[in-house]
Amino acid sequence: MKSPVYDVAVVGAGPAGLAAALAAAESGVTVAIADAGVRPGGQYWRSPAPGAGAFRPHTLHHAWHRFTSADARLDELAAAGRVTRLAEHHVWSVERTEALWSAHCAVGAEPRRGDARRDVVIRARRLVLATGAYDRQLPFPGWDLPGVMTAGGAQALLKGQLVVAGATAVVAGTGPFLLPVAVGLARYGARVAAVAEANSPLAFARFPRAVLGASRKVGEAAEYAAALLRHRIPIRHRHVVIGAFGRDRLEGVRVARMGGDGRVLTGTERVIPCDVLAVGWGFTPQLELHLQLGCATRVDVDSSLVVRVDDDQRTSVEGVWAAGESTGVGGADLAFIEGELAGHAAAASLAAAPRRPAGALRKRRAALRAFAAAMHQVYPVPETLIDGCDDETIVCRCEEVTAGAIRHAVAELGATEPRTVKLLARPGMGWCQGRVCGFATACMTARAGRRPVGEADLRAFAERPIAAPIPLGLLATPPEP
Amino acid sequence: MTTPPQFEIYFDGEPIPCRDGWTIGAALTAAGIRSWRTTRHRQRPRGLFCGIGVCFDCLVTVDGQPSLRACLTPARPGDEVRTQEGTGR
Repeated sequence: MKSPVYDVAVVGAGPAGLAAALAAAESGVTVAIADAGVRPGGQYWRSPAPGAGAFRPHTLHHAWHRFTSADARLDELAAAGRVTRLAEHHVWSVERTEALWSAHCAVGAEPRRGDARRDVVIRARRLVLATGAYDRQLPFPGWDLPGVMTAGGAQALLKGQLVVAGATAVVAGTGPFLLPVAVGLARYGARVAAVAEANSPLAFARFPRAVLGASRKVGEAAEYAAALLRHRIPIRHRHVVIGAFGRDRLEGVRVARMGGDGRVLTGTERVIPCDVLAVGWGFTPQLELHLQLGCATRVDVDSSLVVRVDDDQRTSVEGVWAAGESTGVGGADLAFIEGELAGHAAAASLAAAPRRPAGALRKRRAALRAFAAAMHQVYPVPETLIDGCDDETIVCRCEEVTAGAIRHAVAELGATEPRTVKLLARPGMGWCQGRVCGFATACMTARAGRRPVGEADLRAFAERPIAAPIPLGLLATPPEP
Repeated sequence: MTTPPQFEIYFDGEPIPCRDGWTIGAALTAAGIRSWRTTRHRQRPRGLFCGIGVCFDCLVTVDGQPSLRACLTPARPGDEVRTQEGTGR
């Protein structure tokens, strides 16, 4: 049977993707929305399986009603045959075939032996990419010990499984996202010994207009501050985790104060016993599909590689729109609006419906983008911390490449850009394909050359011809006609 | 066939409780287990890190099949989960 051709295919069912699918479908075009997850919502609105336990959304979620109403409306549209919802579809490649986009999907969770494998190709006239982001990491001594997790990972375990990652937690890194992680862990029974925040929110005073434009964010911050107090969680501003220790699992972390030059102040170190460390330094947008298609990129205020989009969320590639974190990390509210604008624009390009006035949405997007830019300046990533890693510190967790090996590639073998470092020392050559160590390796290489991290440095670790792991047999199988 | 709401899986031969809808990573974590793999070069223990299928740290052997991401693999009644050494092959 020949597979259907949709007007719009949306990749990702987080806030941006859901909003895009909804906006496009409401404009009267047919939509397919594919997501790798079992349930829709993305990382932000991740929810547990019914069997995992009693789910009380307000304990872990903001704006949950926005998700449930979008989800319910999409179900109605699906029942009416206007939307096709595809869960557990891992899009591993997107290509242009004549006038259509083909999104190749590996279907199912981790393939177990004996499971029937299917490769599904979604064909559509227009494409909206809403692929989201994952935690950005900086290496430090001991970060490969079991018990050290990404902040998003600890959060995913809670939201998706209702499982608490440990008994005593330290939450560390930078950015407002650390607060919901700490509060969530405490609400579900962990003792949160400390939040170590490398920066200070007092710096928001430098951006009064941006803060005023996003007053709801201020309210959210106040709620979290109150929750931290209620759970007696101490928050240590301008503090960073400089090491994790333990024999075969995490037993504690060493925390120290950071000076104005981004370096750790000697004599301020203290030990905090814990069995879980949830650490995150902002987010890395997931750009494999955009880069496969040749979408133009830029470096955002937070040093992330992001996709360039115009006022309609259109990428540099005709027929491809992008929304959410892949166009600049800014949170779920912004992602939802960008998704709505992208969905409208993609549908309108098919002349399906007269364009709805979107002036208010654009204004709101501008305000949230201004807030995000301020946020990134208030919570910068202290790349300087990498200099403090001893040579034995693992940078690439997959290939177990040390900081010393990377420094050797730069200082002794003469590598001046990350791609060469990768070839000489193998960081980023393992299972995760540089998703975890790419930023750190790019920073280390750029810093050694006394230059800021640039677009080429980041692209070296972001381009992957295959976006999700697939069995070799799938590559050898001709797609269905 | 419907899956019971609660069942057991096995970790290195020991039964551990599991809920329907949990991943193998969730069941191991809830049972207090933090690592289920050793690395290829330094034989260092690893467990959940990113928790969302990005980092491949949580690879584990299930029913003799190596290198499944524990954070993504739904647990099924009676799964025989084993610590994976190196590539697991």
